[in-house]
Amino acid sequence: MLTTNQLLFLLQGTLWTVVLALCGFIGGGILGLIIALLRVSKRRTLRWIGAGYVQCVQGVPLPVMMFIAYFGLALTGRNIPALVAAAASITIFAAAYLGEIWRGCIEAVPRTQWEAADSLALSSFHKHFDIILPQAVRLAVPPTVGFMVQIIKNTSYAVVIGFVELTQSGRIINNSVFEPFVIFSIVGAIYFALCFPLSRLSQTLEARLRARGA
Amino acid sequence: MSSPSSAIPIVEFRAVRKSFGALEVLKGIDLEVSKGEVVCIIGRSGSGKSTALRCITGLEKIQAGTITACGHAIHAPKTDLRQVRQEVGIVFQSYNLFPHLTVEENITLALRRVKKLATNKANAIAARVLKQVGLSDKINSYPEQLSGGQQQRVAIARALAMDPKLMLFDEVTSALDPELKGEVLKVIEELARGGMTMVLVTHEMYFARQIAKKIIFMHQGRVHETGGPDILISPRTPELKQFVGTGL
Repeated sequence: MLTTNQLLFLLQGTLWTVVLALCGFIGGGILGLIIALLRVSKRRTLRWIGAGYVQCVQGVPLPVMMFIAYFGLALTGRNIPALVAAAASITIFAAAYLGEIWRGCIEAVPRTQWEAADSLALSSFHKHFDIILPQAVRLAVPPTVGFMVQIIKNTSYAVVIGFVELTQSGRIINNSVFEPFVIFSIVGAIYFALCFPLSRLSQTLEARLRARGA
Repeated sequence: MSSPSSAIPIVEFRAVRKSFGALEVLKGIDLEVSKGEVVCIIGRSGSGKSTALRCITGLEKIQAGTITACGHAIHAPKTDLRQVRQEVGIVFQSYNLFPHLTVEENITLALRRVKKLATNKANAIAARVLKQVGLSDKINSYPEQLSGGQQQRVAIARALAMDPKLMLFDEVTSALDPELKGEVLKVIEELARGGMTMVLVTHEMYFARQIAKKIIFMHQGRVHETGGPDILISPRTPELKQFVGTGL
């Protein structure tokens, strides 16, 4: 079977997968909030920019984005590390989807709440940050946690640019011991261990939200 | 009937037209409300009365005509509606309290954010207006913990806290059962007695007759009949006769 060193190598890969996923959560979260706000803006141009971003990103597969970030930018003479290319791609990818999820949640806050905020003369800033977003966040937590699972699994595409995260670690070990079934079962089990708690959390939160709404 | 020339008009509509797409809901409205006056707008559903009320604070944009409220030209694109909305309070049929904030926070939010009052001053105002609507003990409750009537009284308190010159009520008792209607109407009645200028869209004919100085009957997007509360007893037009015939 596997030696301790090989197992440690897999765990190191797991760590990089987690790092990459965290970059996706944080970077994608910040950029995604901006996208969501652009999408619900009063100004048509801003809405178009937001929609254009979402359309472009959703129309390009993540591994291709990683290729572009890694090899495309290298052509300009700049050599960027695989981690940066992968993190940037995941961020751009997650922002498009989170932006869409959050836009839906913002629009799910009843129209009357916007009117009530307007009628109290609240500025656009306070209307969004004191009234609409706190209510949208409640709705957004379950689908957002659910999407984190997608982000974790999608970090495995970083394999295409040779970034040594969990899947790539599995490949490297397999190249020396050639036991693909065992090794990739272990890799799969680790992904499952990372994702399963989040999936359960998302379901629990959703149930709680539904109970409160009833 | 025209207001006495000494009265200061606080709301004035001139030839106001408003459409939702191809549907014209206000077909040239003229009306005025003087300072200290209580005006009730009545009429069937779809007669345009709620729309007219909402136009006063610019919640609905009009296509033609002019509206002045508290000295502001509402129809003018340059008018700062936030300034207007500090002077004109509005209460909605569905209360529209903020569900994630306590009663106190609902009331103090605009005081702190818009009027830039310190928290202790805002809280003092919240305590005062809550006392006015008889809900001092609910200050730390969340809206979902209150009955419909209580929520509506908080909504009134929230509007009052801004110290408005004019209060608008958009069918504020329509979502309440008869028992809860009473407590809300009582609060409105006390406001009227205190001299607050108010415009109410209402289906409560008996209440309108008691409280209103002026009744505006809207029919098919027009002001069909205007007069004192007595027009509810002896309407001049057959449309109003038919309307109150089913109500009183």
